[in-house]
Amino acid sequence: MNLSYLLDPSHWDFSDGSIPTLIVSHLWYVLLSLVIGTAIALPIGLWIGHTGRGSFLAINAGNAGRSLPTLGLLMLMVTLLGLGLTPVLIALTVLVIPPVLTSAYAGIRNLDHRVVDAAKGVGMRPWQVLTKVELPMALPVLMSGFRSAALQVVATATVAAAVGLNGLGRLLIDGLAVNDYSRVLAGAIVVAVLAVLLDLVLAQVQRWIVSPGLSKR
Amino acid sequence: MTTYLSNNWDTVLAALEQHIWLALLPVVIGFVVALPIGYLGVRFPWLYHPLVNVCGVLYSIPSLALFVFLPVLLGTKILSPLNIVVALIIYTVALLARTVADGLKAVDPLVVQSATAMGYRRFRRLTDVELPVALPVILAGLRVATVANISLVSVGALIGVGGLGQLFTRGFQLFYVEPIIVGIVLSVLLAGLADLVIVLLGRLITPWTRFQGAAS
Repeated sequence: MNLSYLLDPSHWDFSDGSIPTLIVSHLWYVLLSLVIGTAIALPIGLWIGHTGRGSFLAINAGNAGRSLPTLGLLMLMVTLLGLGLTPVLIALTVLVIPPVLTSAYAGIRNLDHRVVDAAKGVGMRPWQVLTKVELPMALPVLMSGFRSAALQVVATATVAAAVGLNGLGRLLIDGLAVNDYSRVLAGAIVVAVLAVLLDLVLAQVQRWIVSPGLSKR
Repeated sequence: MTTYLSNNWDTVLAALEQHIWLALLPVVIGFVVALPIGYLGVRFPWLYHPLVNVCGVLYSIPSLALFVFLPVLLGTKILSPLNIVVALIIYTVALLARTVADGLKAVDPLVVQSATAMGYRRFRRLTDVELPVALPVILAGLRVATVANISLVSVGALIGVGGLGQLFTRGFQLFYVEPIIVGIVLSVLLAGLADLVIVLLGRLITPWTRFQGAAS
């Protein structure tokens, strides 16, 4: 275990290619693809869960998404669109959509239907049922889908370096290219730590936004 | 597309064959390793949470990092397929150990008690009652692990051993779409096929699940 690259203070300043700047670019890709992916998948998942129409799509989206090789998709996009941020974001967004869509759908579908009936019974409009009852109650399941999407994207965003972008994959690819294993190890450790920290943050967010009545506190 | 395929048939076939080995061998080994680990997480309840956490951390290590780093740890050559196999075993175990534990935990305690009352010892009860009852959950996990492995293998192409992933890197280097599309299509088809096989196999070995609707 050679930690020299990780522990070298000169790799922790804010110069170009230093670990902090790579973390920032890595998180930037992660954030963008999570936001875009959720913006696409959440409404569709909620709609399918709310109406029950298109369940087939929601159930199979998960498996279909997992089976798409991200590296292949990324390289296809680069070949079609040229180098840049867009192909990376497309490949990572495709990774985010299935878990968010499936969990939004499952969160609503698995609700006790008496709760939804009660909400209709007290005179709520469909929109109110969705936003005031179904969505809040589906949040725990939805958040677990979002968290697994986030974990996956943090780990996979490393492939961005394979097509010339930044992110923590730089440490892996460049380290490999020059046989500098201490750099590779630094990259692996920083990504894993980043993933764990992000999950902790999201767990805290989940605690804030999920109604206390649901988490039995 | 067809000209590419007919001109490179041997390359594509060799890549596909390597892909199948690299993806499925770890599933089998990982499954065998995950069973006892998952069981320990149920047998000793205090182990369950550490187990879940360790699995979560292992799964968050980027595959590229693991592929590159394992040679240092194992002393293997960087181009050895063994690195990919070991890395994917680690992911499979991380995914399945938890699923096995969750599946066993979800077995109705009444069923376990009945088996005990009928005279089953711990080991026979596990193999003849608890494991079969937990099978649907475990198989669901196995499907996820298999499909994930098949798509992960291609990342290995970045270090020179990646089955169909080699078609991606080749297409990328030559700025040539055909091999990439062929690789993606074959990879997705392979995942779909493997998934289907597990589903059918699951139906075959858990015939009672088909009658659940009628029974309850």
